[in-house]
Parts: sequence; C-alpha cells; structure tokens
Amino acid sequence: MSPRFAATRLAMLVVTVLVSSLAIHGAMFLTPGDPATLLVGGSRNPDPAVLAQIHRAYHLDDPFLQGYWHWLGDCLRGDFGKSLVYRDSVADLIGDRAGTTLALVLYASVLVLAAGTVIGTVAALRGGRTETLATTVTAGAMAVPTFVMAVLLIWLFAVKLPWFPVYGSGEGFTGTLTHLTLPAAALAMTWIGYVAQVTRTAVRAEMRSEHVETARSRGVPERTVIRRHVLHNASGPVFAVSGVGIAGIIATAAVAEQAFGTGGLGALMIEAAAKQDMAVVQAVSLIFVVVFVLINTAVDLISTALDPRAAQKEAR
Amino acid sequence: MSTEPLLRIDALGIDLPLDGELRTVVHRVDLGIPEGAAVALVGESGSGKSLTARSVLGLLPPGARVHGEVLFAGESVPRMRPERLRAFRATDVAMVFQDPRAHINPARGIGDFLIEGLTTARGVPAAEASRKVTAILREVGIPDAERRMRQRPHELSGGLLQRVMIAAALAAEPRLLLADEPTTALDVTTQEEVMAIIGEARAARGLALLFITHDLELAAAVCDRVAVMYAGTTVEELPADRLRGRASHPYTRALLASRPSVSDIGAQLRSIPGRPLSGFEVPGGCAFGDRCPRARDLCRTDRPEPASVEDGTAACHFPHPLTLEETGRHA
Repeated sequence: MSPRFAATRLAMLVVTVLVSSLAIHGAMFLTPGDPATLLVGGSRNPDPAVLAQIHRAYHLDDPFLQGYWHWLGDCLRGDFGKSLVYRDSVADLIGDRAGTTLALVLYASVLVLAAGTVIGTVAALRGGRTETLATTVTAGAMAVPTFVMAVLLIWLFAVKLPWFPVYGSGEGFTGTLTHLTLPAAALAMTWIGYVAQVTRTAVRAEMRSEHVETARSRGVPERTVIRRHVLHNASGPVFAVSGVGIAGIIATAAVAEQAFGTGGLGALMIEAAAKQDMAVVQAVSLIFVVVFVLINTAVDLISTALDPRAAQKEAR
Repeated sequence: MSTEPLLRIDALGIDLPLDGELRTVVHRVDLGIPEGAAVALVGESGSGKSLTARSVLGLLPPGARVHGEVLFAGESVPRMRPERLRAFRATDVAMVFQDPRAHINPARGIGDFLIEGLTTARGVPAAEASRKVTAILREVGIPDAERRMRQRPHELSGGLLQRVMIAAALAAEPRLLLADEPTTALDVTTQEEVMAIIGEARAARGLALLFITHDLELAAAVCDRVAVMYAGTTVEELPADRLRGRASHPYTRALLASRPSVSDIGAQLRSIPGRPLSGFEVPGGCAFGDRCPRARDLCRTDRPEPASVEDGTAACHFPHPLTLEETGRHA
C-alpha cells in the first residue's frame, strides 16, 4: 500500500466528517421550536429576560457559521456542551452510556463475522442441500428488519423459553453478556445474512478460479488449496462487506437499545431528540458519523493491504 | 512401437454434465508419447484438446465421466485413488497453463507460488525449495531471481509470468510436461522466447512434452509427432515432417490450406465450409462429414475408426492416398 493512497483516504475521512458535521449542525439550526421554552418548563408566557439569558448561555442566537465554528471547536476539545434536559455535561452523559453501546456493537460484530463467514464457507464448500438451505435462511434473515427481529427474539427466547432477560444491560461480564445476547443477535441477524451470502459467492467463485486449478494440478493437498487459495482470496470482499455491516450495526444500535431497554448512546439520542435536547443529539450523531467513517476507512486500508491490486485500480 | 510409451491415451472419451445431463464432449482420443518425445495435440477451440490434457492429470470438472484409458508408465490415471493422484501430480506430470495471469494466484507472492508445489505437496523445507526455484528462474532467463521472488504477479509482465509458471512446473522435476497453449496469451516476440525456453528445458532434462495448440506450423516446428483433433476425436496422428503436403485426413489438409503460407504469398486463403462442431453436437457418422469435400454416403452413417496409414493413423473412410505428388495448397 502506497503512503499516497493512505494519505488520500485519511484526507477523505476528514472531509467526510467536516461535511457531515456541517449537516448535523445545520439540521439542528433548522429545527422548529425554541429549546429555551422547554428549559423554563414550557409555560405559556415565559419571561423574555430569562429566555434571552438562556439563549446567550447556550449560544442559541449566534449566526449559523459562527455557531458551527464555535460548536466544532468545542467538540474537538472534547467539550460537547451542556444538555438542556439533563442539566449535565454532554460528555459525561455520553461517557456513562458509551460502554454499553460499545459492548453491544462489539458483541454483534463478533456474531456477524463468526456466523456469517462460517455459514457462507460451509454452504459453498458443501454445496447441494446445505447450500440451498443456507441461502434460503440467510436470505430470510436479510429481509427481517431489526425491530421485528427484536420482537421475535423476545417472544421466543425470553417469553416462550426463559433463557435470556428481556430488559436492562446487566452487571459484570456474564451479566452483560446474557443481557446483551438478544439485542446483539437482533442487530447482527441482517448482516449475518449479508456476510454469509457474500462469503458463499466469493468462496464459490474462487473454487472455480484458474489459479485454484493450478494449485490442484500441482498436487497441493485439498485442505491447503482451500486455506491458502480459496479462503485467502475470498477474504477481500468478505472483509469489505463485514466492515460495512459493523458500521451499519452502529447506525441501527439505537433500535435494539430501545427495544431491549439496554440503555446506551442510541437510546440516549432517541430520548434527546424527543425532548429537543440539541446538544446531545448533535454530539451523539457526530460520534456515530466519526466512528462510521473511521471503520470504513480502516476497512479500505486493510483491504488494499490484503490485495494490492485494489490500490492500483484506485490509482489509475 | 516396441516399448510401452510414457503416456498412452487409449480410446479416451469424456462426458460432462451440461444443463443437468451428461453429454459426450470427447468421443475418442488415441495418443502415445514415448519417454522424452514431444507430441502436439492440434485442434480448434472446443475440439476437446484442453480436456484431454486435463484428463492426463485427472483434473476434470466434478461430475465428469471418463471412458477408455489414460496410462502413465503403465498406471491408469482415471483409476488412481485421490492420495495416489495427488502424489502423481506432485511428481510425475506438470502443467503449464494458457493464461499465467489467471492461473497464478494474484493475491500471493511469486516466491510463494514457485515453492508451493515443493513445500506443500512434497514436504521440501522452504529454504531448500527457495534455493532450488531461484536456480530454475535463472535457467528460464530471469536473471534477478531474488527480486522477482519477492514481487507479486501484477508487478510482472505476461511473458515473465509465463516463465515463472514454466519454472514452477520444472521445479517438480516431472517426466512429462503438459503445455496448454502456453503462448496464446502472449505477444509474438515473447511467444518465441517461451517456446525456446521450453525447448531448452526439455533438452536439458529429457522431458516428454504434450503440446496443446491450434497452431499447426508451431506444432510441426516444436514436436516430433502431431495429433489432430476435431469435435472431440483425434482424426489423424502422424509424424510432424509429414504434416506439410502429405497428411491423410481431409480435415488436416483443410486446416493447412486455410492458413497463410510464407512461400505462396498472395494466394487466396481457403476457409473450411460450415462451422466447427463441439463434441456433444456431433451426429452419427463422421464428425467432419458435413464439411468434408470427400464425404460420401458411408461417411454420414458410419463413424470411421482410426486405422494406420503409413507411419501414422487416420480416422477416415477415404483418406488421401500418399502416393500422389501433392502440395498442401491443392487438397
């Protein structure tokens, strides 16, 4: 991988974050209603002097660009402002909940990578009925939205079979693990389907490829052919779609957090949006965007390291 | 032939599953390669020559059915158990494929590709395998072998990559080299170099060669004997020096007449009427019958068996008599 390619990718990352931060801030700027009225209790005739004071304290009257600049500068310093609703620093609010979301996303990602690649590989190598079954089931998994999957899982594994808790985020490692299993599964299901399908297609294509025929013609043992040529070469597209999947899981984490009441950044954002708590919504959105873009960039960089031809195509 | 040849293909037929049913794509191939000799298998695309070469390695697609016999040093390849087949591929026969860019794993290094056959199939230690393939790389005309070993396939030209493939084949120290149109994907000047490298390697090692090509001229120049395939059947087998002008089978003659000649510049090229058939399209009777200028009623009803004609064989009811003074142009 050339340093130039890495530099281009990093520059693109910065530009993407800047543009989306502008959009996030702009969306909040355009939101109707005055958050300050909410803060004074929503009374019908709030004192204009108090409103004005709140406006000054929270920079609500600044012109758009100035407000944006101010906000971005603070964010870069780790100061996400103060929540109007919780009367707490946004950074603290986020800090308290980030752990749960991180654990949930990691758990779901492990499920996606493990189940997706294993199902896809076994389907492609076995062929026949195994492949048909795997294709049908994973296509089904891809089609079910996360919130429906959440309800299904609660009904099956918490109500019918009391194996997992329905609500909360649990204490300690095993507590967290049991509490997060169903939400992680609900989040992962769609992407397990995607990754399994992509893995199956990629492994199939490599099995039929000419260079695999060469390896077989030289008497290389079949297991070695599968490992060194089929799986090694199929890992590129699988890795790429897994990266997109993990980014997608971050984006939909809010749904599972809400459905299973695990708490976390997504749940915080939904709550804050309902209460017009702009600072919190902005900060959480920005964090999601940054993490999303970081993951995508990492996937790109690692993909090109795995397959140098991708970088060449890019350079042309 | 008094002694048993190194490779003997006897009435080989291959059925492949196409659209859910088995279809015969190779009807009858007869071929012999003595130890150290070079035989060309010539035919149009789709005539079954690549499948024939793959059957020598037991490398047919899943679901393929093989009739007849492929004997290597007296041992039947189609009857080999998987473990024996693997050892056979690792030691006795090596194949050089047509398109090195597709047939060398693009995601692994050149060095890795070169030593793989030795390390994984034969258990040679990596350092020893590296030393060995570096020497072979120099022999096939790659002087900066150490640097090439560290490169990846996309950094090498097609000609260099084909040399790498030849070096990998030679590293296994086989007794028979299968070359499946090794120069078709390359440009003309590189083609000559690659053929010269194969020729030198053969001379140095006493290696037998099965050379698959559609180029009659090249086949005659490189090989001792030539077998001509049409629609899944070897229609003629003859010494290379008899190819020009004194071939017996009408198809061989038609093929020769349809290529440009250096000695007869300006003469109009003859095309063979009709279109080439794939093996599974062949009706009863002679496969070439519909396109043959010499065909009679018998040719449409009875499939001709290979029969010896002078020092070769031809599968034709009415082969060209060899006594007539003829040139290849006026068949």
